Amino acid sequence: MPHRYAIRVLEAANCIILGKERELRLALTCLIARGHLLIEDVPGVGKTTLAHVIARLVGLHFQRIQFTSDLLPADIIGVSIFDREAGSFRFHPGPIFSQLILADEINRATPKTQSALLEAMEERQVTADSETHALPEPFFVIATQNPSHQIGTFPLPESQLDRFLLRIRLGYPDRNAERALLMGEDRRELLERQQPVIQPEDLLALQQAAHSITVSARLVDYVQALLASTRHNPELSAGLSPRAGLGLIAAARAWALTDGRDHVLPEDVQTVFPHVAAHRLHFAGDGRSVTPEALGQLIRDVTVV
Amino acid sequence: MREVRTPTPLQFGWLLAAVAATVAPHAIELSAWLVILCASLVAVRAALSWRRGEPPHQLVIVLIAIASGVGVKLEFGHFFGKDPGVALLAVLLCLKLLESRTTRDVRAAVLLTFFLQAGLFFDNQTPGIAALALAGTLLATTTLLSLEDDGARPAAQLRTGAVLLAQGLPFMLVLFVLFPRVQGPLWGLPADAYSGMTGLSDSMAPGSISQLGLSDAIAFRAEFDGVPPPPAQRYWRGPVLTRYDGRTWRPGLSVAATAPGYEPSGTGYSYRLTLEPHNQPWLLALDFPAANLPNARYTSDYRLLAEQPVRVRARFDLRSYPATAIGLTETAAALAEARRLPANVNPRTRELAREIAAGAPDHDAILVRTLERLRSIGLTYTLSPPLLGTHAVDEFLFDTRQGFCEHFASAFVFLMRAAGVPARVVTGYQGGEINPVDRSLVVRQSDAHAWAEVWLAGRGWIRVDPTALSAPARIESGLSAALPEWDALPLLRRPGLDWLRDLRHRWEALSNTWNQWVLGYNPDRQRELLERIGFSQPDWRTLAVLLGASATALMLLLFAWAFAQRRRYDPLDAAWARLSRKLARHGAARHPWEGPLEYGQRLSTAFPGQAEALRTITERYARLRYGADHADPHSVRELARSIRRLNLK
Repeated sequence: MPHRYAIRVLEAANCIILGKERELRLALTCLIARGHLLIEDVPGVGKTTLAHVIARLVGLHFQRIQFTSDLLPADIIGVSIFDREAGSFRFHPGPIFSQLILADEINRATPKTQSALLEAMEERQVTADSETHALPEPFFVIATQNPSHQIGTFPLPESQLDRFLLRIRLGYPDRNAERALLMGEDRRELLERQQPVIQPEDLLALQQAAHSITVSARLVDYVQALLASTRHNPELSAGLSPRAGLGLIAAARAWALTDGRDHVLPEDVQTVFPHVAAHRLHFAGDGRSVTPEALGQLIRDVTVV
Repeated sequence: MREVRTPTPLQFGWLLAAVAATVAPHAIELSAWLVILCASLVAVRAALSWRRGEPPHQLVIVLIAIASGVGVKLEFGHFFGKDPGVALLAVLLCLKLLESRTTRDVRAAVLLTFFLQAGLFFDNQTPGIAALALAGTLLATTTLLSLEDDGARPAAQLRTGAVLLAQGLPFMLVLFVLFPRVQGPLWGLPADAYSGMTGLSDSMAPGSISQLGLSDAIAFRAEFDGVPPPPAQRYWRGPVLTRYDGRTWRPGLSVAATAPGYEPSGTGYSYRLTLEPHNQPWLLALDFPAANLPNARYTSDYRLLAEQPVRVRARFDLRSYPATAIGLTETAAALAEARRLPANVNPRTRELAREIAAGAPDHDAILVRTLERLRSIGLTYTLSPPLLGTHAVDEFLFDTRQGFCEHFASAFVFLMRAAGVPARVVTGYQGGEINPVDRSLVVRQSDAHAWAEVWLAGRGWIRVDPTALSAPARIESGLSAALPEWDALPLLRRPGLDWLRDLRHRWEALSNTWNQWVLGYNPDRQRELLERIGFSQPDWRTLAVLLGASATALMLLLFAWAFAQRRRYDPLDAAWARLSRKLARHGAARHPWEGPLEYGQRLSTAFPGQAEALRTITERYARLRYGADHADPHSVRELARSIRRLNLK
């Protein structure tokens, strides 16, 4: 049963990152749904640790790229260097050629660099010097972003945000989790000792299993009603795109799989909906990003049939 | 008390609309201060709900109520009867609206609007008023609906209200058709109710008919079977005036009988006359009606009379023979009365009559000579003739030479009498206009006319229309064709306003249909209708049984329709809805947005005793509804059964 793999990963991850079951499960859901994950939060709440944990537990090859304002596209993708011995240019792959990339503080880099990463995410391949290089499989990007009002940031444009399947926030740990964190072992050491609980092939099996989760006609009705409600809502500047709709179903399937079900329920859609929609919807008036309250209201406005 | 709820702005909006739509049509009959008071109360309330303000203090409302009560008392002198009642009700409704705080107040206000909507029909029963009352009822019903279902969009609420009214429509029709009819208006009317009715009076003085000429109100309608008679034969007979005092013509003695005193001959015309109320007994039949109307009386001056003055719109099926010869044998007394003239008036006309009569071999010759003479005088036909003094006929014939039909008829009859020929004035209506929409002949007050009858030995009473001498177009084509200047005419009679006339024709055809089928549905017509469907002479028991049976049949039909609507639901949906309904009694209905598992979780916390059963049910539903396998009927039935058996005690 592929969903055992998911349970195994989540159990192990919860031992390292305390009190964040839901966020970990959403991150894994994103991975299973072949989407990319955007984590938006203040520094120091464990964004990097989360990426590390997932990479280690699934046995993925991991690279961290710290985005800064002087980072160039070649620093990510790689460069072609003239090989004197061979007498030709040779492509030196950049850090993007890894199974799991942590793009840290993505909104600190210039738009040019940002778009190099985001294009690679979409195409799952890189073109350098008219040569196309396929990225490894699985390929998963976790990007972190500081809240955009901080100084020295280049906020990602809407079209780029659309490439991320889910956006989550980690938030501060609750009192007990924080106490355990403060008194317990160093997380980094804990992580060093942790062995993978599944193999990358198991992740591929999970991804395939998610793809065959049943989505009934009634559920599609519900998803369509939900999409329509974002499009007809006068408070929002624009509704969700069909791509977002596809993502919503893919994420709901993966979530249902982590729950051990072979079919998607409206609850699955409702669980992932705020994370699919949060970075894609904006208020009509001031263009602010949509609030969790507004998203909750959107869900309550649509009848489950 | 779940009634202590504050209405939402939308609910208040509906109530405001309902009250405004109900009170506004009453503005026609309410006096100005009441209209202004009601409008400002509604406006204040609208402003308050717009700003979410609190209603004014109770004391203010009581003071306004007392003040308006005093005002109504001062205006009407009493509180009884429909006018002060409607006025008070309108003010109280607006006050109720103003003080409304809770949904309970809203319900009370809606109840009041229903009363006031019925009150609309006290004064006016036209299709327009019916449409306004319907609109008000729809808004009031929607207000009630919005109290029950405040989540729906306004358009959906309005639609539901319309559907509810439409479902009530068949019941309304059954009650309308079968409920025992009451003759006349249902409500007792005060004695002066008929003072406003217009029409011919039973006397004629200069100016009395030209006054009517200014009104384009409908006097009556006639629907002919087949071709109507030509305009020149359309003389609708009203009072016959024999006595003259030098200024005013009055009716002479006439005897009423149950059969006409003539033998109808020539071409007959059958028609249905729909007479507007005019508070007089005469029926304005086309000359000369045959004896086919029960309970009618036929006078010796050939009028047709009803038993009672016509005070509600009435219908008569008549047959007339315009070519009938009348009064072949007339008593000496009657002829003597038709020659009598007051002394000392109109000396110049008497002189003229003597001149005409001198050397004439018989009355026929005098008639011919008189007509020639009148023609040669050169009289002008006008709606606004100059005022006349003591010797009215003299002044008309020799000085002013301008007059309306009453001047022509009066002068002619005076001349004939002065020459020794029996003559009299006949008033009534002449002409009429065919409404191209429903082919009925519409006769208006402006078609009022006066003509003359002359008695000739061997020929009886002969109709002579002296107006035709000067204005032949009046007889052939109606008033507007005969008058040179048209600006004094009623709007509808003016030439060149064809589109307006067309619109008016359509509206009048609609009103006529409404009058015939809705307002004219009286006990007689109810009896006719019931006879046609096989119930002759039904008593109240038969009617009650019919009423009950039709209502039951309708209920069954509606029920079957509703049932068929239900059956279109999927059985799985039905079972799921049943669970929610069942739990609603325990305050745990499913929220519309709630998915099955979430609901199951909520239920098992709320009902720990049944947690296992509830979780099983919701999980099974989730699998059947959203699972990969097609929901097989057996499992669905199984689930439905377990929901039915669920006991939450």
